[in-house]
Amino acid sequence: MFRYIVRRLLQMVLTFFGATFLLFALVFANQKDPIQALVGERPVTESQRTFLTERYHLDDGFFTQYWYYLKGVLTGDFGTSLTGRKIVDMMSDAWPVTLRLALIAIVIAATFSVSAGVYSAIKRGGIFDNVSLLLTLVLLAMPIVVIAPLFQLIFGIQLGWFPPTATRDATFWQLLLPAIVLACIVIAPEMRVTRTAVAENLRADYVRTARAKGLTRMRVIWVHVLRNSLIPVVTLIGVDLGGLMAGAIVTEHVFNIPGVGFNLARAIRTEDGPLVVGFVSILVILFLFINLLVDLMYAALDPRIRYE
Amino acid sequence: MSDLNTVTSAEAPGGQPSLPRGPVKKDKPRSLAADAWADLRKRKIFWVAIVLVAAILVMAIWPTLFTSADPGACALSNQYKGSSGSALFGYDYQGCDIYAKVIHGARNSIIVGILSTALAGVIGLIFGLSAGYFGGWLDAVLSRFIDIMLGVPFLLAGIVLSNRLSSDPKSNGIFAVTLTLGLLSWTSGARVMRSAVITAKNQDYVAAARMLGSSPARLIFRHILPNSIASYIVLLTLLLGINIASEATLSFLGVGLKNGAISWGIMIAEGTSFARTQPWPLVWPALFLGVTVLAFIMLGDAVRDAFDPKLR
Repeated sequence: MFRYIVRRLLQMVLTFFGATFLLFALVFANQKDPIQALVGERPVTESQRTFLTERYHLDDGFFTQYWYYLKGVLTGDFGTSLTGRKIVDMMSDAWPVTLRLALIAIVIAATFSVSAGVYSAIKRGGIFDNVSLLLTLVLLAMPIVVIAPLFQLIFGIQLGWFPPTATRDATFWQLLLPAIVLACIVIAPEMRVTRTAVAENLRADYVRTARAKGLTRMRVIWVHVLRNSLIPVVTLIGVDLGGLMAGAIVTEHVFNIPGVGFNLARAIRTEDGPLVVGFVSILVILFLFINLLVDLMYAALDPRIRYE
Repeated sequence: MSDLNTVTSAEAPGGQPSLPRGPVKKDKPRSLAADAWADLRKRKIFWVAIVLVAAILVMAIWPTLFTSADPGACALSNQYKGSSGSALFGYDYQGCDIYAKVIHGARNSIIVGILSTALAGVIGLIFGLSAGYFGGWLDAVLSRFIDIMLGVPFLLAGIVLSNRLSSDPKSNGIFAVTLTLGLLSWTSGARVMRSAVITAKNQDYVAAARMLGSSPARLIFRHILPNSIASYIVLLTLLLGINIASEATLSFLGVGLKNGAISWGIMIAEGTSFARTQPWPLVWPALFLGVTVLAFIMLGDAVRDAFDPKLR
């Protein structure tokens, strides 16, 4: 187990350096005139120019600049946005909102997809199974740019069931509709995987044994079968995190939620390079860590997996 | 489909072209492609997808078949006018004919989708083939590189890259978006190709061909590639739908198509701002985008089910 964790951590470090390097290169390589971009339309005096060049190390080569950036990231300093605010401060304002949104979405998606997946696996070939297969295909194909505005229009504006936009404090009630939208991305694959895994496990020998012991049907399905079917579902939740992040950018933009995605979308529009790189670096680190956690969770779910 | 058929029939024992000679006997062994085709023909969902895809392609190639109105001819005096004989879906905020714009929007979606998928297909094929066939350090380097690419969430990288590539303020962004999606979406395909090649490489017939003195090029293109490409092509069909959706997402966020290029993503973004009072300028492009992506995904899904013997 220990060796496995060390190996994974080493792999993670490599991925982290590669990913941040790619990102840094994309944003800052052959930028035309970052100082002019910073001050906008106003003229820049020679002394201002010298000061800014000095401060942002603009005279140094590309690799030296990457080194400064890396040093910042490793010491928890993600730099300053062009608006003058510390990126760490902006992040600490934004991430609780996004975290809440993502958690609600994951809980909704997991509850719905596991129960629906188990039900359609038990009644395989029935009406519910066929209809839900078709529905998940539609859901699978709908891009978030279609679902988010349409749900806002139908459930937020026309029917008025949910508040169509969120305010600064983003209450649970305001986040519920966006979370449902976000959950739509992951429900379809999770449900399909649950269905396949449960259907496979229902035919396993241990299920017959459990039945023969006289256990109730409910206990066999919800305890024996489900635990053995959850591994692919958990993997999928980990894999889907990238999708959830992408979805959060669009969803927060549509519903006006002051989270990470909202800030990121705004940073892109205002061409705030440092803010984009800062936010994305934090997201990449988070993404890598969560994937590691998901890998380690397998062992908890399935004692047979021991990572030697 | 046609290359798949020729590819598999070239591998048929005896190398004879499988021309139909009289009624086909029941017990005649069928190739994978023929088997898949027989399976596909029976699926309703496949035919629905084919009809939809055909309609969208016709719309993209000859938009004037469906509308004679110029999507660029907008008059503010028409703002939010309801539907009429000349403008089926009414007019949007700028006073543009929504129907004409939605129809003409298909072309950019399809162009970006096909070209970016083709680019991703070529990159993934080259990387997957060489990593799988040569193995060793090349495989290690390429696999780590793919890991790194997958470490950055797709949309985040897409936003940054597309923004960087379309620095020219006058361009319409089609080239930048195509390049962005092509450069970012090849990774999963390369992985599939790599494992398919590794499986094919260790088969006995490849060893036999090598014994007979085949050159590496002949081994790859004559023996390994034809036997490992099926799942890859299926994956590309699915990718086409995903890339069309990604283009709309990037355009929606303002880093995709721009400067007057018609895109469903931009129309959705504009429609969202005024959806409170005028829902239709949002609903129509969203519907067209949704149906287009659904059609390609349905097609890919049906073809995958037909080609994957494990699912049958």
